Amino acid sequence: MPEILDQARERVLGNGVGLDEAGVLAVLNLPDEHLPAALQLAHEVRMRWCGPEVEVEGIISLKTGGCPEDCHFCSQSGLFTSPVRSVWLDIPALVEAAKQTAATGATEFCIVAAVRGPDARLMKQMREGVAAIRAAVDIQVAASLGMLTKEQVDELVEMGVHRYNHNLETCRSYFPNVVTTHSWEERWETLRMVRESGMEVCCGGILGLGETVEQRAEFAAQLAELDPHEVPLNFLNPRPGTPLGDRPVVEGKDALRAIAAFRLAMPRTILRYAGGRELTLGDLGTRDGLLGGINAVIVGNYLTTLGRPATADLKLLEDLKMPVKALSATL
Amino acid sequence: MTESSPATAALPAALWCDRCGESVAAGPHPACEAARAWEPPRWCASCRRRMKVQVVPTGWSAVCVEHGERRG
Ligand code: SF4
Ligand SMILES: [Zn+2]
Ligand SMILES: [Zn+2]
Repeated sequence: MPEILDQARERVLGNGVGLDEAGVLAVLNLPDEHLPAALQLAHEVRMRWCGPEVEVEGIISLKTGGCPEDCHFCSQSGLFTSPVRSVWLDIPALVEAAKQTAATGATEFCIVAAVRGPDARLMKQMREGVAAIRAAVDIQVAASLGMLTKEQVDELVEMGVHRYNHNLETCRSYFPNVVTTHSWEERWETLRMVRESGMEVCCGGILGLGETVEQRAEFAAQLAELDPHEVPLNFLNPRPGTPLGDRPVVEGKDALRAIAAFRLAMPRTILRYAGGRELTLGDLGTRDGLLGGINAVIVGNYLTTLGRPATADLKLLEDLKMPVKALSATL
Repeated sequence: MTESSPATAALPAALWCDRCGESVAAGPHPACEAARAWEPPRWCASCRRRMKVQVVPTGWSAVCVEHGERRG
């Protein structure tokens, strides 16, 4: 057994203290033959510190495309020649999407907009949309609307948004290679205000942007410092027309190493499968990740790309005897 | 994803790839067809207009101003 896994067994599994950056890097560098042991330990950590439940979420794009920012992985930036056109979802369709999401057993519904930060029009749409969902559907509403002002944070709290997603996307040292129109620190500032407001903080990122293994470890350590309630883990799905459109997808084994390592860095967080897993992991790898530290999924489609049908993931959870987290458990 | 027929009847034969917007006169694009398993169409296959596409958790809709709506 590699020394790092022995250390992690005591420190993370035994004491609930996450690995530091050097420890995460050691896990990310484990040779293939030790990957099953790393996943097994990460799974034990998840079961001990989070439990067997899996949190299921659906996401919806309220405003798609035409974003003024230049995140190099994103097909919704208006600065690239991506074929994604700008489109707004109306409130009845938003409520319908929330209903369909709730029907899968999901407890979370995250409303997302492709913006630098909300303007008055978007905040109005959110106010009406969240109220309409809360009146018609039994589901918790989360939001992801870019960078916020303090007033907007307070407004979202008032609306009843219980969790806010704002991804740091990658580590601080690599961020300027991926985004030039705003800084990592600006994102951090929004996360700080969200945390202070009492909303749950959801913050993750994308692996496979060209970062080194060391930078992946740096990212895990920075997320651990933030200590978010939830960490969505995406794997790059290279989008046509974006600066990262020709990058290779992350190797399945590297993705699994990252899942184990992020779990060992953050024993108590909700570690969610987000976009790109279909390409990177396929069906078998998806199962391995759920047995290697993942304890939450986005079901159904993403914002501009498609996912597996919710029924496929729910069947997998049933096979794995992992109960879907119930709404009462989240309130 | 299964796709329903377009809302408008009698579409002209596909001239353009609905993923990359390039001509399919010389035959379909296998890489684009494979990619389409995980993404909705973006280009109208009849007129090469970029479509307005809305993805929702259980499906998608794509609208060409000239050729109407497709759903999947
Ligand atoms: S801010 Fe969000 S929507 Fe805009 S380009 Fe970046 S990732 Fe895409
Ligand atoms: Zn094509
Ligand atoms: Zn058309």
